[in-house]
Amino acid sequence: MNGVNNRITFENVSKFYGDVLGVNRVNLSIPPGVTGLVGPNGSGKTTLMNLLTGLIHPTEGRISVLGISPTRAEELFRRVGYCAQFDSFPKGVTGFSFVYNTLRLHGLDDREAVRLAHEALERVSMTEAAFRKVAGYSKGMRQRIRLAQAICHHPTVLVLDEPLNGLDPMARSESLELFQALGRQGLHVIISSHILHEVDKMSDQVVLMSSGYVVAEGQIHAVRTEVKEHPMQVLVRCSDPNLLASRVFAQDHVVEAKLNDDGKGVLVRTRDADAFYLLLNRLVVEDNISLETVAPADDDVNSVYQYLIGSENKTI
Amino acid sequence: MTRFAQLRSTLAEQPWELWIRQIAAVLRMDLRKNFLSRRGIWIYLLAFAPVAVITLHAIIDRHSVGSIRTDTEVLAGIFQFFYLRFGIFFGCLGIFTWLFRGEIIEKSLHYYFLVPLKREVLLVGKFVGGLVTSVTLFGLGVLASFAMMYVHFGDAGQYYVFNGPGMGQLLAYLGITVLACTGYGSIFLTLSLLFKNPIIPAVLVLGWETFTPVLPTLVQRFSITYYLKQLCPVAIPGEGLLALFTVVSEPVSTLAAILGPVLLAVLVLLLACKFVRRLEISYVAE
Repeated sequence: MNGVNNRITFENVSKFYGDVLGVNRVNLSIPPGVTGLVGPNGSGKTTLMNLLTGLIHPTEGRISVLGISPTRAEELFRRVGYCAQFDSFPKGVTGFSFVYNTLRLHGLDDREAVRLAHEALERVSMTEAAFRKVAGYSKGMRQRIRLAQAICHHPTVLVLDEPLNGLDPMARSESLELFQALGRQGLHVIISSHILHEVDKMSDQVVLMSSGYVVAEGQIHAVRTEVKEHPMQVLVRCSDPNLLASRVFAQDHVVEAKLNDDGKGVLVRTRDADAFYLLLNRLVVEDNISLETVAPADDDVNSVYQYLIGSENKTI
Repeated sequence: MTRFAQLRSTLAEQPWELWIRQIAAVLRMDLRKNFLSRRGIWIYLLAFAPVAVITLHAIIDRHSVGSIRTDTEVLAGIFQFFYLRFGIFFGCLGIFTWLFRGEIIEKSLHYYFLVPLKREVLLVGKFVGGLVTSVTLFGLGVLASFAMMYVHFGDAGQYYVFNGPGMGQLLAYLGITVLACTGYGSIFLTLSLLFKNPIIPAVLVLGWETFTPVLPTLVQRFSITYYLKQLCPVAIPGEGLLALFTVVSEPVSTLAAILGPVLLAVLVLLLACKFVRRLEISYVAE
């Protein structure tokens, strides 16, 4: 498979609902792995996912999923599974029949559909409740059964709209592990979530959205480096924090050097992280400071989100 | 390669087996919903109301053998005025407009759109499901009405059905029922893809079906009843306003009368394919 056909691409994609903006001029090229889609309510995350899966059509622009247009459902959904946010089900279905019917619509015969339905239900830990009516399920169970329906045909692209909503901590942890495992297997896993630390934990790359626009995309470290107006924060734990603080503060690129409350570390804010790390190496040699840990303190989705979007949208 | 050969090769390349399996899967899901949903009770009542009336008539009234002719005309009236212009019309309205609109209202249509299923195949599956439902209900209604109409004549009734024109009339009624469900079903399915509330356009269709007889013949050919009333096996003496519903100004051959609604349905369904391809999932607006 060549590079282009192994990616999900949006080329100048816009979607308007009448006069209302869904997303505007989106350009994305998503590689395999887990991609977190982050943004406040109404930022266009679900619109982007619905466009990707052909549930809605772009007003402008072109979308390609591994080289397939979303209008070609018969090809697209052999390779794509979508766990949408709509919390509704056909009337009267059981968990098993819901997944089984999906597989029959794929054109599979009874035996194969039964086998794959059981396998998917087992993967989301829903075997015991499989033959109960979905109407009697808890929110978390409904979420899991939708996930089973999305993964039952072994897709190579998995699109999950807020898949952790309503799940208890145990199920959340299991789902996170499942998504990460799928990402490691080379699948495209695209997840929208408003729980930033979970996105941070599972995503290889992120797409930050606000008011219908893509604000930033890429690996979180690279995105963080691009946010120049907010100096990088680095926490250094070492043998002589006072000395370190005084030495680094003399540098132009260092904006702030603050001693930790426990007196064992320094939080440094710098405009040039690379220069800071070089300086740190020099100080270790020259001043004989021994380091315990050096870790970026705001190199995560939450911080990047706050810097780029948080000021406009206080809540997520 | 000639155009015909090209078409043949294109058709041969299509995954017919897969489509048939997918249509069967849509049918299996839809038939259960169509037959067992509580909201469809009124359609059962429409289909079987005449059976109840005819049964009462059979129990209460005592008829001589000579009144078979009168009862045959009464049955023809029930079929033409009740079933054809009212029962099947509104029954199909209820069944076929709900096929997609019901899924949209219950927010479950996206599950059909999230599988490798061509939307045209989904449309055909749903249409066939609606057709099986409507033909079964109204076909059984017509069959039971027919049976109740002649059963109380005893041997004479039996002779009329099996040795006289009865069986031919029954088959004609059932055939017309199938054609009516095909024609109206295709129209209502298409309207449901175009309008959020298909009732108003359906009323316009009812007006069109009722009053096209006063329009030029060419226009009449775009009406389902134009063809179907020509296929009715028993003529009803029509006078005054009633003639509007029974008289055919320029009859066509039986074959043309059968093919007319079928072709109309095919054309309308081709149009519906265009609409279903463009359909978007936007439950918020519903």
